Amino acid sequence: MRAILTTIGKDKTGIIAGVSSYLAQNDINIVDVSQTIMDGYFTMMMMVDVDDDAADFEKLTQELDALGTKLGVDINIRNQEMYDAMHQL
Amino acid sequence: METEKIMETVRMVSEEKLDLRTITMGISLLDCIDSDSDRACQKIYDKITKKAKDLVRVGEEIETEFGIPVANKRITVTPISLIAAASGDHDYVKYALALDRAAKTVGVDFIGGYSALVQKGYQNGDKTLIKSLPEALTQTDLVCASVNVGSTRTGINMDAVKEMGEVVKEASELDYMNNAKMVIFCNAVEDNPFMAGGFHGVGESDVVINCGVSGPGVVKAALEKVKGESMDVVAETIKKTAFKVTRMGQLVGTTAAKRLGAKFGIVDLSLAPTAAIGDSIAEILEEIGLSSVGAHGTTAALAMLNDAVKKGGIMACSHVGGLSGAFIPVSEDAGMIKAVNAGYLNVSKLEAMTAVCSVGLDMIAVPGDIEASTISGMIADEAAIGMINAKTTAVRVIPVPGKKVGDTVEFGGLLGYAPIMDVSHASSAAMISRGGTIPAPVHSFKN
Repeated sequence: MRAILTTIGKDKTGIIAGVSSYLAQNDINIVDVSQTIMDGYFTMMMMVDVDDDAADFEKLTQELDALGTKLGVDINIRNQEMYDAMHQL
Repeated sequence: METEKIMETVRMVSEEKLDLRTITMGISLLDCIDSDSDRACQKIYDKITKKAKDLVRVGEEIETEFGIPVANKRITVTPISLIAAASGDHDYVKYALALDRAAKTVGVDFIGGYSALVQKGYQNGDKTLIKSLPEALTQTDLVCASVNVGSTRTGINMDAVKEMGEVVKEASELDYMNNAKMVIFCNAVEDNPFMAGGFHGVGESDVVINCGVSGPGVVKAALEKVKGESMDVVAETIKKTAFKVTRMGQLVGTTAAKRLGAKFGIVDLSLAPTAAIGDSIAEILEEIGLSSVGAHGTTAALAMLNDAVKKGGIMACSHVGGLSGAFIPVSEDAGMIKAVNAGYLNVSKLEAMTAVCSVGLDMIAVPGDIEASTISGMIADEAAIGMINAKTTAVRVIPVPGKKVGDTVEFGGLLGYAPIMDVSHASSAAMISRGGTIPAPVHSFKN
């Protein structure tokens, strides 16, 4: 499944490194990435390829949540279909 | 990747409380009919636990995968008055217990369909079911009940209106929470995923997945960006927001149906509030420019809101159904509660509002010593609004024994809390005791 990973929070060193090294360790390929500062907040979007298995996805969500806490940012991952449905005809 | 659009969705979920209110599986019980009620109840339990065994798991999977909270997983079934009629039993409480047991086994939040459709008259099963309502609701935890007493095509069954006033009163004396689980309808819909009024219509497929989408907070947040603009802009903004929210509902509904091997039914885009701040219909109306819901202009603002929600939703989804509009339950909406407490909102104003929104007098707590005929009068008024306007209306009033106007009652969870509201002290008794039928209105003759 193709998923969108969003990372939002106060800017500081090591956010991109922290997220991308976690993804590398878990063999998750980054297909596309963009990063900007929006309303003063560090905002990063990554398009990634993840396994379809529901249990794995849940584990991934939990680990990313924990990683977010460690890095002081808010990390979410969602199936890309969610964004396509809401914003594309 | 379009950052702005992705961020908009993230904000809707994390800050504006967008959620999927319910994934509801409709299950036909017509093949469970049996002249032996014990055998029928066993068949009902077996069918529900087989068809819905993965409902909660799939709901949770979707919640994680799409990152959208699914507040409830629910089941609706064919009205039990039809299923149980063949048994000849004089009490259907055992059917309610079978539904309750099945719901608990599969882990859903509610099961709806302990229902009777008596808009034109009673069959024997309807009589038995209605008499058993207070006891059935008292003995079960998750079972929801509904009775349809009128429709635009048939008129209003005033015998049923009279009886339901008495049933509401009797149920409240056993446990006032019973009435939070029971709705009296005019023009009930057969694919409603919301409770307490959901049931699975006889014209529906064997198993179907319906979704209820919510999101008052998202609409309010969108309107904050168009302060001072004309009503055209307000309506257009609501339409666009409703479109996006419904698209999400369609995606989740079709995904759930596919994974559960069921047919996808409808998305019900209803702005359903919760008692949490920021998840309120009243706050949307206030954002439009009323200092409090209940002010003159409330009905107009609500009419526009309800219509714009429907217009946005219809374009977004292959099958829109259920009630689709705005709900105005008092106890489940922090803004409504505030307006009642401040004296800006009363039952008469709520009744006017029900003429233009998707349901009726909903979750309204009233003094425990209210006359049964007064409740029947409220039901008759709502049914008349529904009948004449060809729309669904409903009554879910909750008499609370020992409480008087100004007191507060706590319902808990999604049901919230409510101030006890005053009703008219003039009597409806002589009119209600006439019984009979209010004939179908002239505009029902369309053939």
